[in-house]
Amino acid sequence: MSIDWILVLEKFLLIAVVVTASLVIAMYETWGERKIAAILQDRRGPNRAGPMGLFQPLADGLKLFMKEEIIPNSSNKFLFILGPCLAMMAAMMTSAVIPFGGTIEVFGRTVALQIADVNIGVLYIFAVVSLGVYGIMIGGWASNNKFSLMAALRAASQAISYELAMGLSLIALLFMSGSLSMREIVTQQMAGGWGGLLGWNVIYQPLGFLIFLVAAFAECNRTPFDLPEAENELNFGYHQEYSSMKLGFYLFAEYINMFISSVVMATLFFGGYDMPFFDEAAHADWGNWLALIGIVALMAKVVFFIFLFMWVRWTIPRFRYDQLMNLGWKKMVPLALANMLITGAVVLWLNS
Amino acid sequence: MGEKIMQSLTNRAKQVDRKPMSFVERLYLWNILKGMFITFSHIFKKRPTINYPEKERPFSPVFRGLHVLNRDEEGRERCTACGLCALACPAEAITMEAAERKNGEEHLYREEKYAAKYEINMLRCIFCGLCEEACPKDAIYLSETPAPANFTRESFIYKKEDLLIPNPKTETDDFKKAKGLA
Repeated sequence: MSIDWILVLEKFLLIAVVVTASLVIAMYETWGERKIAAILQDRRGPNRAGPMGLFQPLADGLKLFMKEEIIPNSSNKFLFILGPCLAMMAAMMTSAVIPFGGTIEVFGRTVALQIADVNIGVLYIFAVVSLGVYGIMIGGWASNNKFSLMAALRAASQAISYELAMGLSLIALLFMSGSLSMREIVTQQMAGGWGGLLGWNVIYQPLGFLIFLVAAFAECNRTPFDLPEAENELNFGYHQEYSSMKLGFYLFAEYINMFISSVVMATLFFGGYDMPFFDEAAHADWGNWLALIGIVALMAKVVFFIFLFMWVRWTIPRFRYDQLMNLGWKKMVPLALANMLITGAVVLWLNS
Repeated sequence: MGEKIMQSLTNRAKQVDRKPMSFVERLYLWNILKGMFITFSHIFKKRPTINYPEKERPFSPVFRGLHVLNRDEEGRERCTACGLCALACPAEAITMEAAERKNGEEHLYREEKYAAKYEINMLRCIFCGLCEEACPKDAIYLSETPAPANFTRESFIYKKEDLLIPNPKTETDDFKKAKGLA
């Protein structure tokens, strides 16, 4: 069996680009968060480091690197280091199955802008997202601190509760697409009217999207579901004992998670790299420019979702823990189930 | 048997609404959207912050800052050490020692008596401006410079050299700067 070395190189390059892009985007998400928080509160936000404070994330990163690395004496040292590594790894792994664009032609090779077009893409994402809980759990447990442990328990139970609703809401979508491959789902949406706009799943699955959105907020531990890091209840949450870049990894993983869940939402419900009011199939001769348009369209959607994450954060206060569980189990799960049954019935009725 | 209702004093009392939430309210979505609209509208609001080092908020014309001991047009000290400022001072921040003008010192001091020592303790001073009002010789004024912070208590006792305005004859540039003209 011969190995296609060029394919390996191509995939390595893609992985490098995607990883770098997610890191840079996560960096500028921290800047955006502070800037948006400031603007929504009539403040100015960071504006000292560089024009409009654009070098602020570099300064923050440098600060995190320079800080003293503290490992508490009473902690489990191996797990203490494993925690942030796992959190970061799980956050980065999700991007493997996401189609960031169509195909480009480089040196006569057709390169799909996706690291791995596996036919179980959606399932893979769920598996890796569930892994992310381990990072938080292990970190909170290894810290040997009751606040960290409590926060980690909260994070785990919250993630498990909301994963259920998330999965159920997606099953309805999968009924319609009939495929688990992310690229296949995007391709189906692009075939809709108005240059793909009418094919977007959000039009057929508004309730499913809403449930997915809320569950995504909970999975990313973002406000109003940021109970694992509720400062006023748990000091600092599961990363209380962490310092320096290990803390940076946890914070970074959260922002990467935000980016990835924005991409997933855009891909599954908003047509992925489909530009609305623009028929991609009719302009197939545009080649690489077509792929660029796709990437721009996807990134525009992602930026909107990231803005939504931050917008909601500065609007809605945190849930109480029982409210969180009530919402998850007594509202979201039944709603998602009903949505699934209705979708199933309609799909059966249309196909018969 | 009528229920006794407490007399309202202002007619502004509002009955608290304790109705159970309606279905729309229990969904929260509509209220969340309303809240998000409010936060979004703040994007277009004016920011009250002033970019300080680049832009400075103008002082009020009646601002009272550090004291200045004035000179007349010929550069002679106006203060005659009468002690009215020290007397007027409610915080007792001013002390002075008088001395008699000698022959040949007419170009230094305007009056026959002058302040050999003049000290204001800025930690005591409340910047009320009563010294300025009490002065019959227009010798002491409160400037627009806020009192700066420092590390030692001694440094807050301002000597005559710290308070005197630069001589308009010999130190023209410094004088203009002190007047805010340069």
